[in-house]
Amino acid sequence: MNGLHDLGGKDGLGAVAPPPEEPVWKAEWEKHAHAMFPLAFRAGFFGVDSFRYGMEQIEPVEYLTSTYYEHWVHSVTHHGVRLGHLDPEEIEKRTQYYLENPDAPLPEGQDPDGELVAFIEAVIPAGATAARPGEKAPAFAVGDRVTVVNEVPKGHTRRAGYVRGRTGTVIMAHGEMIYPDTAGNDLGEAPEHVYTVQFTNAELWGEESAEPNGTVTFDVWEPYIVPATAQETAA
Amino acid sequence: MSASHSTAPVASDHQAEVVARVKAIESIMIEKGLMTTEAVDRLAEIYENEVGPQLGAKVVARAWTDPVFKARLLENASTACAEMGIGGLQGEDMVAVEDTDDLHHVIVCTLCSCYPWPVLGLPPNWYKQPAYRSRMVREPRKVLREEFGYAVADDVEVRVWDSSSELRYWVLPQRPEGTDGWSAEQLEALVTRDSMIGVGAPKAAQ
Repeated sequence: MNGLHDLGGKDGLGAVAPPPEEPVWKAEWEKHAHAMFPLAFRAGFFGVDSFRYGMEQIEPVEYLTSTYYEHWVHSVTHHGVRLGHLDPEEIEKRTQYYLENPDAPLPEGQDPDGELVAFIEAVIPAGATAARPGEKAPAFAVGDRVTVVNEVPKGHTRRAGYVRGRTGTVIMAHGEMIYPDTAGNDLGEAPEHVYTVQFTNAELWGEESAEPNGTVTFDVWEPYIVPATAQETAA
Repeated sequence: MSASHSTAPVASDHQAEVVARVKAIESIMIEKGLMTTEAVDRLAEIYENEVGPQLGAKVVARAWTDPVFKARLLENASTACAEMGIGGLQGEDMVAVEDTDDLHHVIVCTLCSCYPWPVLGLPPNWYKQPAYRSRMVREPRKVLREEFGYAVADDVEVRVWDSSSELRYWVLPQRPEGTDGWSAEQLEALVTRDSMIGVGAPKAAQ
């Protein structure tokens, strides 16, 4: 979707202002919000692509003014409700209860065998790769000149606005990986070859506006690109 | 321009609402057997004490002292890190990119906040906020110079890696001058999180 989350190259968003030091978590609730990501994944709420799509559907002003872990909570809620794991009325009722009773404890855990702790201890070092090695021959190779097609789908995609229609060079080929344009839209993994494409700053921002002596790389799935000459002929 | 509205403190009533909402969702998940506070505590402990930039520093220091390992790291960062017991969630398929005299790398994720957790831990807040995500692909030299105090010479190419897929990029910085003969253990202490993101240099040799 052509959403506000697609921030690459937008102007006017202010200073980065990195502090010299900061804690891993800014508040206790952030730990709980973080843990919801692997635990709700385990419970079948989402895969990583759907999880991102949940965040992309946050109302735009809220997206820009709320924090990272609020985005996570939003996506957990979005998918939890959508798939029937969470009852929205129950969430509102309990939110009100904990607002009025901030010191009220959480319910007792229902995990006598410690399976959830074991899952956390297993998933963090193991991860869950998106690589799906397959038999499909890649259509492109390192060194190819390619153009990102100007296609703007409504659902989840990783086709960032600032690279659409731009031409660059394939500098790495990574094999087949889960395709976010299907996986993020409940349409299955449908793996596609992934490539890293390098663009000059001038190609992205124009000769006059670009910083000198710089390039940007962007990873694309095969359907995102066409041979540069084909695009030029079609244009 | 004033500081970004995105970095402004969140109003306390809003904060109270967020805290209550997280508790509400967690309480439902606990009752369904999908979550426990023990699992939350274990995850928090892992990212506070076990998985962080000290792991990336070990990998970098080894690459600086072991050319054969460095070649393996640049060929396949995930398998090279796995030799040292390092890897996993949000770094299943990692790529280490090497700074040289005429090329400097920096990482960003413009579409969300992708970051190589197994070697760098969880991302700093600025990495996840709109200012860094929007500007790093458009004016990286300016951001590096003005926001991070890290000036890149004009004759050095700045290459920005936008982590748009599940590949997780991170930077192998240049070994500091004056460290000939240092052990990997000594060098580890010079490797900073920021030098592996590409927004800073390693510490200088003392």
